[in-house]
Amino acid sequence: MRRRVIWGMIYGYLGINLLMFLRFFFPRALYEPNTIFNIGYPADFSIGIDQRFLMTNRAWVVREPDRIFVIFARCTHLGCTPEWKPAENKFKCPCHGSGYDSEGVNFEGPAPRPMDRAKVAIDPTGKIIVDTSKLFMDDPRAGVNQFNDTGAYLPV
Amino acid sequence: MAEENGEKNGKGLFGRVRKDINDLKDTIKEKGKDELEGLKEPEKTQVFRSIFRVKHDETPRNRALSVLSNVFFHLHPAKVNRDAVKYKFTWGMGGITFYLFIVLTFTGVLLMFYYHPSKVQAFRDILYLENDVPFGKLLRNMHRWAAHLMIIAVWLHMFRVFLTGSYKRPREFNWCIGVLLMVLTLLLSFTGYLLPDDQLGFWAVTVGTNMARATPLLGTEGPFGALLGMTPYNDVRFALLGGSIVDANALLRAYIWHCIAIPLIASIFMALHFWRVRKDGGISGPAPIMLESEIKEEKGHRPVILRPSGMV
Repeated sequence: MRRRVIWGMIYGYLGINLLMFLRFFFPRALYEPNTIFNIGYPADFSIGIDQRFLMTNRAWVVREPDRIFVIFARCTHLGCTPEWKPAENKFKCPCHGSGYDSEGVNFEGPAPRPMDRAKVAIDPTGKIIVDTSKLFMDDPRAGVNQFNDTGAYLPV
Repeated sequence: MAEENGEKNGKGLFGRVRKDINDLKDTIKEKGKDELEGLKEPEKTQVFRSIFRVKHDETPRNRALSVLSNVFFHLHPAKVNRDAVKYKFTWGMGGITFYLFIVLTFTGVLLMFYYHPSKVQAFRDILYLENDVPFGKLLRNMHRWAAHLMIIAVWLHMFRVFLTGSYKRPREFNWCIGVLLMVLTLLLSFTGYLLPDDQLGFWAVTVGTNMARATPLLGTEGPFGALLGMTPYNDVRFALLGGSIVDANALLRAYIWHCIAIPLIASIFMALHFWRVRKDGGISGPAPIMLESEIKEEKGHRPVILRPSGMV
């Protein structure tokens, strides 16, 4: 009986150590750029693709006649950052050649669905707040299209 | 009185001191002789015996002992089947792989003297190694070439083992260890690829870890991931990168995996792999060569072939 207790204590100790070991690999505080940022007023953007927040926040601001939305610049194939090619009016991913049209909808290459769009909202002062940790997707395979949900775009 | 004093002193302190001095002279002379003899025959000195422990005269027992009682050699058998060294059969691929591992370890350690695993310095350190450090270019290129060649050699070794049936009884477990070592080699290659923090490495890790996102149960975008409450901030990709993006934490973790963790694990498995080769009867070779002297002709019976390996 005593032997069992002691072995139990040893296994328990080792088990707890194992759990501690696994938890060790998940840091709490992260030094990553904030996923929530403000991009200014709707009037700051003209029709088309704006790249001024691409390098800093991985986002393209797309202004159309009736709406503004933000494309999260991550290729839906394996996660590289595509390039906007104004001369050909398309996004092209350098990794495996996925191509997206000027709205971020895939039309060539291995990408399975259009690029995701980030959550957008207007704050009390009228500035647009973007949150790239909350993404809306359009996945025809799953029969899901969130591009027209509230927060996926701003009507202007 | 004086004589008495003299006698007393002769056997007393002064006499003892004189005796000690004379004895000392003799001892020094003897020690000197010993030293000289030691120089002529270093193998007989106590210093040598303390370091090497076994005698080194040429007896079969000592030849075997010099391998068996040596901490570095004793993983290797004392005797090897004559046919095992048939390179037409094995290509020596396993040995080449191990040699390349040694080269990689050595060049890798030297590279570590000039590399800082930080986002600010990593890329520049590689440029520094290539252009400024004496022999840095050679070292870096050797490391990279050895890495590519080791992958190739590991595959060829696997092909050889398979095509020669050297995975069959009793070597099945060793085959499994070999596959594990292959995976470790590929992981070493992958983690090392990120370390220069150049475009090639950065995107390779992006793609690789994004694939990790699709792991069943443990990945955010994998099947049943949502069931276990996986988010981009606590799935297996997060654990690999130390964050949700490929950034400074990812570089440091790749460095630790590449330089310490995986080489340690690989060393343990390599020791096991070599040990199993030995215990399973040595490199499984082709049909042994028969020497005339080994064919025992018994009258009326078929010649009996003595297999050097003794394996069935």
